[in-house]
Amino acid sequence: MTSPGAAAGGGGGEAAHVAFEGVSKSYDGTNLVVKDFNLEVGKGEFVTLLGPSGSGKTTILMMLAGFQAPTSGRIRIEGESVEDLAPRSRGIGMVFQNYALFPHMTVGQNLSFPLEVRGIDGEERHERVERALKLVRLEGMENRRPGQLSGGQQQRVAIARALVFEPSLVLMDEPLGALDRSLREEMQYEIRRIHRELAVTVVYVTHDQQEAMVMSDRIAVLKDGEVEQIAPPEVLYEEPERAFVARFIGENNRLHGRVATVEGGLCEVETGRTRIRALRVVDCEPGDRVTLSIRPERVSVNPEPGVFGNQVGATVQDLAFLGDHLRVHMEACGRSDFIAKIPNIVGHGGILVGDTVRVGWTVTDCRVLDYETRTNREAEHDETT
Amino acid sequence: MSRSARARRLSRSSPSGGPGSARALADRERLRAVVLVVPLLLFIGITFLAPLGMMLLRSVHDPVVADALPETLAVLGEWDGEGLPPEAAYEALARELTRAREERTLGQVAGRVNRVESGMRSLFTRSARGLQGVTEGPWREVMVELDEAWGQPAVWNAVRATGQRFTARHYLNAVDMQRLPDGSVTRQPEERRIYLALLWRTLWVSGVITLLCLILGYPIAHLIAHSPPRRANLFLLLVLVPFWTSLLVRTTAWIVLLQTQGVLNDIMVAIGLVGDDGRLTMIYNMTGTIVAMTHVLLPFMVLPLYSVMRAIPPRYMDAAASLGATPVQAFRRVYWPQTLPGVGAGSLLVFILAIGYYITPALVGGSSGQLISNMVAYHMQTSLNWGLAGALGGIMLAGVFVLYVLYDRLVGIERLSLS
Repeated sequence: MTSPGAAAGGGGGEAAHVAFEGVSKSYDGTNLVVKDFNLEVGKGEFVTLLGPSGSGKTTILMMLAGFQAPTSGRIRIEGESVEDLAPRSRGIGMVFQNYALFPHMTVGQNLSFPLEVRGIDGEERHERVERALKLVRLEGMENRRPGQLSGGQQQRVAIARALVFEPSLVLMDEPLGALDRSLREEMQYEIRRIHRELAVTVVYVTHDQQEAMVMSDRIAVLKDGEVEQIAPPEVLYEEPERAFVARFIGENNRLHGRVATVEGGLCEVETGRTRIRALRVVDCEPGDRVTLSIRPERVSVNPEPGVFGNQVGATVQDLAFLGDHLRVHMEACGRSDFIAKIPNIVGHGGILVGDTVRVGWTVTDCRVLDYETRTNREAEHDETT
Repeated sequence: MSRSARARRLSRSSPSGGPGSARALADRERLRAVVLVVPLLLFIGITFLAPLGMMLLRSVHDPVVADALPETLAVLGEWDGEGLPPEAAYEALARELTRAREERTLGQVAGRVNRVESGMRSLFTRSARGLQGVTEGPWREVMVELDEAWGQPAVWNAVRATGQRFTARHYLNAVDMQRLPDGSVTRQPEERRIYLALLWRTLWVSGVITLLCLILGYPIAHLIAHSPPRRANLFLLLVLVPFWTSLLVRTTAWIVLLQTQGVLNDIMVAIGLVGDDGRLTMIYNMTGTIVAMTHVLLPFMVLPLYSVMRAIPPRYMDAAASLGATPVQAFRRVYWPQTLPGVGAGSLLVFILAIGYYITPALVGGSSGQLISNMVAYHMQTSLNWGLAGALGGIMLAGVFVLYVLYDRLVGIERLSLS
């Protein structure tokens, strides 16, 4: 009983650890917060559900944990359908947003709790608690209460508690959302290390694309309850298939225009007064409105003539030196927010604000994606050009 | 001229500029705040603290006899308490009884002595009347002739005992003890022991009511705390409407429901649960007191519980479930311990209110459902033994303080949350 879209997984030859088969969820019976979600997660894989708030990512996680029931579709763990399984019987470790550490228990008691309810007592319980604390580098903290710990320490305890009963599947719901930036980065590598050490399967939810990039084997980008793209981080970055993905992952120059000609895998798009040759990612016919996406670091300022398939004129509006690169804000192709990043190792040839320059990029770095506008103002802007 | 003007400007600007002036400003603000609170403080002082202090003072201080019979008591002070007091005591008492009769304080004095030794009221009034016109001693013979009770040391001991301005007598009385003429403290004779039993009954009944309120209130509070806002407000209203209804109306409703010819008995007879001659007595006894008081005090349990439960995120129960706990384990280990401050606050509140509850037991308690407060009211209004009433009240007050301290030790008073 397989649904047609279920083959999106990358779990290899063996059976997937977790499988969503056409899962939909509606709270009020009319609006679907999750629409026909299909995903297979392989054993030991780290998969992140990435999307803005309201994209349905937490609902998907809650359905997997058993706190929400799918309206339709099926969820399998180790091949078994879990719809009749209570959360406590699913054997899933879960790290909650804001940790949900029991405030009236010490760290040791928090970690003992899942072992206690499983009837693991005495020396073995003690040993496992010690081991879990060592894993998250909090040895000797057993007798503290959660309220006496810093945010980062609480985070570690929450992870240790989700792992202490040795589940093979761990779910994390925006676990780093409450931490400050530097701590968040530290914890990202920490979670990655723990994942590698224990070889558990992790399903992780976040709205922070950088977090997803650092840790994940694969990322499922969600928008309005629908999957935009499921792929490893580098593929998402280099080869976005949807305009939303291109916008959400990393920085992008977005140009809107109409397809002029199509020739095989390439096409020409008319934007403003210029024509741009680009890689045809979506199916499009001449006359269709499309979004063009070019990464700022792939844009060269004043390149040698003839090197790049696309060259347009631009006016430098602002310059910002950011250490590892120089950010050049320009007006180009009818947009005033065109950006180029020039790496520090490449000379920038003494560009000044107000200069008229040429910018260029290769045809394959410029992808033709579905027509998507971020805001109404952007849409109006497109109408006038 | 211009210099003096500048000086004036300087002197005017300095109080609002320097660091000392900031303090003055703050002082003035604080003073204003204090002035605003003064009416409330006065109100509390006059209507609460002062009467409370006066009642407590009355429970240990009783100057009536001492003021009326100063000379007699001075003589008795040197008496050893055995045998009969000296002639001087008879003389002084005869004179002071006559004066008390003229000043119309004799009844009060006789009443006080009568509380220690019964029969003294008539002895005093009769003797005072008999002493009318008698001007010469020997006073001992005269008085013993008037009533031979004056020849008994016990009578004189009673006079001496009531003559003390400060006395523990009322407190001893309130715990069914008495001080014998030789100064030793013993229990009252069997037939006069009533207060200790009543005190225990009050504590026991208050405990039962507290437990009932907890058992009934906990699920309700949980339901309200974890319902969506609209439904929670409705439930909260249902809890509060009885709270806002007149106590008399509610108590009367219970009488209608529970009396022998009442709704509940009629229903039970109608469905054949009990025979018409086997109607249950559910009111005008302890059952009535417990049922009606539980109903009256339930909101005081529900509200603190609700406020504590609302602050517990449902995430904790999800977390417990994801960690493998059954609902019972999750409740026992995760939910219940976190509601303890509310359980403590609600129980403390209900228990304290129940200990001092007066109106409901008075209306539906009959004779077996009376509590200590009804006895306090009896002594305040009927027997006019305010000293004993004060002592009973003092014991209740001390009991509540002990509870408070215990709660502070066990849970911490700062975790007490009432709403």
